[in-house]
Amino acid sequence: MSDDRHPAFMPLILVGGLVFGFGLAYSQMARPEVVLDFLQFEDFGLVFVMFGGAAVTGVTFFLAPRLLGRAPLTGDTFERRLKSFDRNVLIGGAIFGVGWGLSGICPGAAYASLGIGNVTILWALAGMFIGAYLQGYWRTRSETRDTAATGAD
Amino acid sequence: MVIEALPLQATAELFPNGISRYAVGGLLVGLGTVVIYLGTGISAGASTFLESTLSYVSDRSRFQQYVSSRDWRVVFTLGIILGAAVYAAVYQGGAWTTDVQPWRLLLGGVFVGIGTRVGKGCTSGHGVCGVGSASKTSIIGVLTFLAVAIITAQLVAALGVSP
Repeated sequence: MSDDRHPAFMPLILVGGLVFGFGLAYSQMARPEVVLDFLQFEDFGLVFVMFGGAAVTGVTFFLAPRLLGRAPLTGDTFERRLKSFDRNVLIGGAIFGVGWGLSGICPGAAYASLGIGNVTILWALAGMFIGAYLQGYWRTRSETRDTAATGAD
Repeated sequence: MVIEALPLQATAELFPNGISRYAVGGLLVGLGTVVIYLGTGISAGASTFLESTLSYVSDRSRFQQYVSSRDWRVVFTLGIILGAAVYAAVYQGGAWTTDVQPWRLLLGGVFVGIGTRVGKGCTSGHGVCGVGSASKTSIIGVLTFLAVAIITAQLVAALGVSP
């Protein structure tokens, strides 16, 4: 599959990541203290990071499917990011909220935080991998159990 | 004069560091997402990297479903780290480290790792891509994690934990 990829695919992902990470650092969101100040209502500026980002994607996601044909490097159609709603969105969102409020860091900002030299953030990154592994471990087991109980699905 | 000064004062209280660094940073975050989207059609989120990278070391099906995207997700994350490093070199004049206590980072990180993956997205997937898609699921997701994070941070501060 990766053999068929356009030679510019990985370089473009890298460039996108560079701009994304530079932006996160510029916005100060890579600093947990700034996120905690926002959550404690001491500086509301962080609202502009998410809405600034969502405004740019919003315009693009609206126009690209209408004006452009297919993505040049993959041939895929342009679609919006739509995920199905179920109680996991609420449960997971609440668990994420506890973690974000306790630590002041989210995944993308944690990678950027490492980039600004914040080696202490490795504690958070270690925690995120542990958490991601735990939920994958539990959910793979429950899937297996459900399949065994209900037969083929 | 008084009429003009009052809104300015209120603005200064709400935004003690101004808004330009936040707005410019947010626009760049959106731009990075858009660069990838326009080239590939992919809406890249940051938290899937956690699970896709675990597929290198675990054969559990939850992680293996991301095998086809795990390589570019590593490149995306390396790009984020490098982009932030460029910022640090240009504007920060060296490394910066947090004073937030390690136990908060580690324990909070565990909750972030569980919650973002169970909840189908994080601040970038739901927040930037999902809200930009006007996805009801993502808007509900963002309101949920934002409200709970505000309550949590205020509780932790009220308990005297600082930083």
